[in-house]
Amino acid sequence: MKSNIRIYIISALILLLTTLIFGLLATWAFLFPEVYNKFLPFYQLRPFHVSAALFWIITGATASILFYKKETFANGKNSSALLETGFMVIWLTTIAAIFICYGLKMFGGREYWEFPPILCLPLLISWILLMFSFYVPLFKSTGKKPMYIWMWATGILFFLITFVEQNLWQISWFRASYLKEITVQWKSNGAMVGAWNQMIYGTSLYLMVKISGDENIAKGKTAFFFYMLGLTNLMFNWGHHIYNVPTAAWIRDTSYIISMTEWVFLIRMIQSFKKTLEQRAKLRHLLTYRFIIAAEFWVFMNLLLTLSISVPAINLYTHGTHITVAHAMGATIGINTMILLASFTYILKIDDLKGRVSRFLSFSYWLSQFSLSCFWIALIVAGLIKGYRTVESCKLNFQEIMEPVLRVMKVFSYAGVFLVISIASIVIVYLYNAIKLKEFQTQIEI
Amino acid sequence: MIRLWIGLFIAFAIYTCMVYYYCDKSQKTEISPSSNALVGWNIWQNKNCQSCHQIYGLGGYMGPDLTNLASDTTKNDLYISSFIKYGTAKMPNFNLSDSEIAKIVSFLKWVDKSGKNRVSKEKVTWTGNYKLDN
Repeated sequence: MKSNIRIYIISALILLLTTLIFGLLATWAFLFPEVYNKFLPFYQLRPFHVSAALFWIITGATASILFYKKETFANGKNSSALLETGFMVIWLTTIAAIFICYGLKMFGGREYWEFPPILCLPLLISWILLMFSFYVPLFKSTGKKPMYIWMWATGILFFLITFVEQNLWQISWFRASYLKEITVQWKSNGAMVGAWNQMIYGTSLYLMVKISGDENIAKGKTAFFFYMLGLTNLMFNWGHHIYNVPTAAWIRDTSYIISMTEWVFLIRMIQSFKKTLEQRAKLRHLLTYRFIIAAEFWVFMNLLLTLSISVPAINLYTHGTHITVAHAMGATIGINTMILLASFTYILKIDDLKGRVSRFLSFSYWLSQFSLSCFWIALIVAGLIKGYRTVESCKLNFQEIMEPVLRVMKVFSYAGVFLVISIASIVIVYLYNAIKLKEFQTQIEI
Repeated sequence: MIRLWIGLFIAFAIYTCMVYYYCDKSQKTEISPSSNALVGWNIWQNKNCQSCHQIYGLGGYMGPDLTNLASDTTKNDLYISSFIKYGTAKMPNFNLSDSEIAKIVSFLKWVDKSGKNRVSKEKVTWTGNYKLDN
């Protein structure tokens, strides 16, 4: 078992490296298609990047859950080792098969899941194995569960639901109407993000409990309230993806109303700002904590953006522009990746590293935050230009609309180079530790 | 807590069923896809056109949104077919046969009939929301 989870964590980190490399190549292919079309066209690089990012997040989240589960409700035992191994083997083998398909230009799926749909079957089987390995010991355990366990359990369940829903396009009834197919597709994609956020935010909550030593963070009415609010948003707040699609008006109305409840999250963050500052003074020497704080900053920034684009009158300008990409990148890099790096920092005992390595990680951390900020702002500016020119200058053709956008995208690509260098540097140190650290083995053996 | 969770889950299940059954009822006339359009849709996915092109603003941003390409009076079928057949400096040539190209055009024509991609800013109401006609 010990080597299984180690390999699984290493695989997650390799997926993050893959995401970064293909992301950078895809940016260059976007800017210089004449060159890249000859050997690695954008339509091939984008699925590599998107799928690697998606699998990095899900693999990283499940690796964290499988690791922490033994500390929380499995009482240090691992009675479901075989199921976990089955999950990891099938999951990782299928991801490898997906990348081979992309390499051979074999597609066929829908947005974000562009591989031949038959490969969804092994992914589904592996997820069912994960569910058994998680829920069986959970139901056997007694006592009141902290909120992070609820969040993990919810995330794992809703990933299954949304994954199945994401494949409904293969049933002809859903293909009989384009509006129906696209609505269901974006319902599932939108809710799936909520599902993995439950797994990742649960991990963040668990880490905060561990490093602050305050168990109350994950208990009580406030924690429950925010969990339920997050769950409600997962279920009903996906409509902002399809505001401009002429589906039934009540879908847009529901999403608009539910999305405005996110103001509560924003107000809560502002209210707890002072407390966060005090906590930061005590814990800032921990890299784990710094990654969590970075994620909190990006939650705040992304909430501002999400609340804006959830207003249909603003969405009119931002939909189909790079602002949507900023929203996605802010969430996947700023929030999800930062929390998962915090989790791996904790698992791999990176906080114990001293001297040059520690200073190098600290420098890479700040470089990643700075370059991500430039990257994110460039996307928003590009999106604003495209949105304004599309809505206000209807007579312009696509090339004319995109001309100033491409200039801003060059700034984006420069920021991207530094972002890749900084995060890749962190990942390489983590990979080295995952391979070399002996204590890690002992910890896994518990 | 569990009761509240189950209550919310039931609401989600009911809402999901409503979305499946009623989301496209705003369409004045239901238009089923022809067999050519369905094959064209599969080619669209197999060639990963969504990586660069959008429909209803969803997809990649390399190329233009193609939702209402078929009803664009400045571009006829021949123009669209030639574009797909030969590609451009930015769009690769996928070496599709004439029959495959005709099927993709058929798919795009069907998509075009489902509604308009752009929302006019005049439709925005005081609530910040808008109502779409189909």
